Amino acid sequence: MTMPAGAAGLLTRPPRRSERVIEASLFLAATVGVLTTVGIVIVLTFEALEFFRLVSPVAFFTGTVWSASIEPLQWGVIPLAVGTLMVALIGLVVAVPVGLLAAVYLAEYASPRTRNLVKPMLETIAGIPTIVLGFFALNFVTPVLLKPLFGSGLGTFNALAGGLVVGLLITPLIASLSEDALRAVPRGLREGAFAMGATRWEVVRKVVLPAALSGVMASIILAMSRAMGETMAVVLAVGTNPQLTFDPLESVQTMTAFIVQISLGDTPQDSLQFKSLFAVAATLFALTFGLNVLGNRIVARYRNAYS
Amino acid sequence: MFHPRQARIGALLATALIVAGACTTSGATSKPTDGASLTPAPTAAASPLGGAIAIDGSSTVYPISEAVAEEFQNANPGVKVTAAFSGTGGGFKKLCAGETDMNDASRPIKTEDKPGAKSEATLCKEAGIEYVELEVALDGLSVLVNPQNSWVDCLTTAELKKIWDTGSTVATWADVRAGWPADPIKLFGPGADSGTFDYFTEVINGKAKQSRSDYTQSEDDNALVIGIAGDKNALGYFGFAYFEENQDKLKLVPVDSGTGCVAPSNQTIADGTYQPLSRPLFIYPSTRALERPEFAAFVQYYLENVNGFVDEVGYIEIPADRLQASKDALGSALQ
Repeated sequence: MTMPAGAAGLLTRPPRRSERVIEASLFLAATVGVLTTVGIVIVLTFEALEFFRLVSPVAFFTGTVWSASIEPLQWGVIPLAVGTLMVALIGLVVAVPVGLLAAVYLAEYASPRTRNLVKPMLETIAGIPTIVLGFFALNFVTPVLLKPLFGSGLGTFNALAGGLVVGLLITPLIASLSEDALRAVPRGLREGAFAMGATRWEVVRKVVLPAALSGVMASIILAMSRAMGETMAVVLAVGTNPQLTFDPLESVQTMTAFIVQISLGDTPQDSLQFKSLFAVAATLFALTFGLNVLGNRIVARYRNAYS
Repeated sequence: MFHPRQARIGALLATALIVAGACTTSGATSKPTDGASLTPAPTAAASPLGGAIAIDGSSTVYPISEAVAEEFQNANPGVKVTAAFSGTGGGFKKLCAGETDMNDASRPIKTEDKPGAKSEATLCKEAGIEYVELEVALDGLSVLVNPQNSWVDCLTTAELKKIWDTGSTVATWADVRAGWPADPIKLFGPGADSGTFDYFTEVINGKAKQSRSDYTQSEDDNALVIGIAGDKNALGYFGFAYFEENQDKLKLVPVDSGTGCVAPSNQTIADGTYQPLSRPLFIYPSTRALERPEFAAFVQYYLENVNGFVDEVGYIEIPADRLQASKDALGSALQ
């Protein structure tokens, strides 16, 4: 039994130089994202530490008054954090049921033709520039939808309208990613359940959804992070009032909205306000990161592996 | 299938975008007044001037500068004027950093150094930037409520201080004056980079920048107009021109400083009876920039024609002798 000489040569010959160039450039492309992330973490950490040399972290994380530019300056981040979480949670209250039901419909009920039509349309919502959504909230959601319901208790800028459009924004994210997760559940499981006499809804509820839980959770966590980081829609709809309130009809300020506001005022680089941007950004980063760690643990606990 | 690790990376990227956003938005208020690029070339031969002029500063003065810039560009298509509004204070920082040619100001430049904080004049001096102070118009800083507000017909300066001062406990209209509704009062005003904020807090609260901070702050007066126009319980303050432009959406509140209620109007601002909230508006061209012929021509054009524009955008002309003083100051700076 003899191998053709050429084939043996191909296997033993050292790789050509062009091969190595290609490999190196592929590696570089893969690391750009990672390096950027590492760079951001380093910059955020150093600049935030700089800020915390001047302002006590205790005052920062426990203070309930945020006044970054009006004397006396006070750096309690809680009003901003509450504003951010409130808007994100209102968004999730809208997006989780709608997105999940849409995913179930697309994955389990819709004909392939309908799915091919509806899914891209749903994903289009995620492509709307968020400043357009903000304008939509300010000029339609608040005055036309919410004003008749809540009357004069509703501010021009309010957390509710912002949360609703953020919900609109993240619904396709949950729908699309959850649908992928649902469709990844093996056919055999469904067919087994059908064979036992289960109805379609029972199959969805008792078999498919639990089996896809880790993917569904992941989609919700990603959507929550996206909601917390949303900026332009929230700046327009929610306003820039850093007050501590849990009333969604009031105007609040989110962390991202604060970053925009300070950046607009041409704040000099060595000022405390400028450094506070990094402290706020680092806090936001820590919040989303913590959320993801928590999410990972939940996912790991409920994960079912199918091969 | 979607993997949770992707969620983590997604979050990191989301943060990255926020940071990137923070770095790029600083120019977002710039609004190039594009008259020149829209005008075809026929007059180009008539005006040999060319170049770019950068203006920033007070959002109160911005409408005047924008109108002047537009007309100037129509007459001189080779010159591109960019006017922005990051607030009087923000604009002085840019002027003293040599980033702009001229600053719009709704108060005089600050000259007193405080411990730990250099004044604007000192910053300019250290950077070697000289400037000329030119008074161009008068403004009556106006207090506004929603047109549906039926109870407020006048506010005293003491009541304004009670509402706006640091540590104010005013939460409802009833806290301002007994008998008014117990509905929450929603406050709108300019942010700390604004000359309007400096001026209002100085004359009402007694010290510049001394103010409560839990109100909707924006350097963009149009955002304040939208806020007040949409909320029955709103109260806010900004320059008179923004009221004139939006008369149908806002209700003007007369102010009583001890001699009876006076509402700002062309007449009460010009003759000084609207007190204490009427104030002069300035432009601060940089002397070094005035060496450029197109910029010198622009500032001369500004002072020659300012009265027409001041009427157009809703401010009040300064008395003729003070306008002449501005022209004289520019004349000697140009020699």
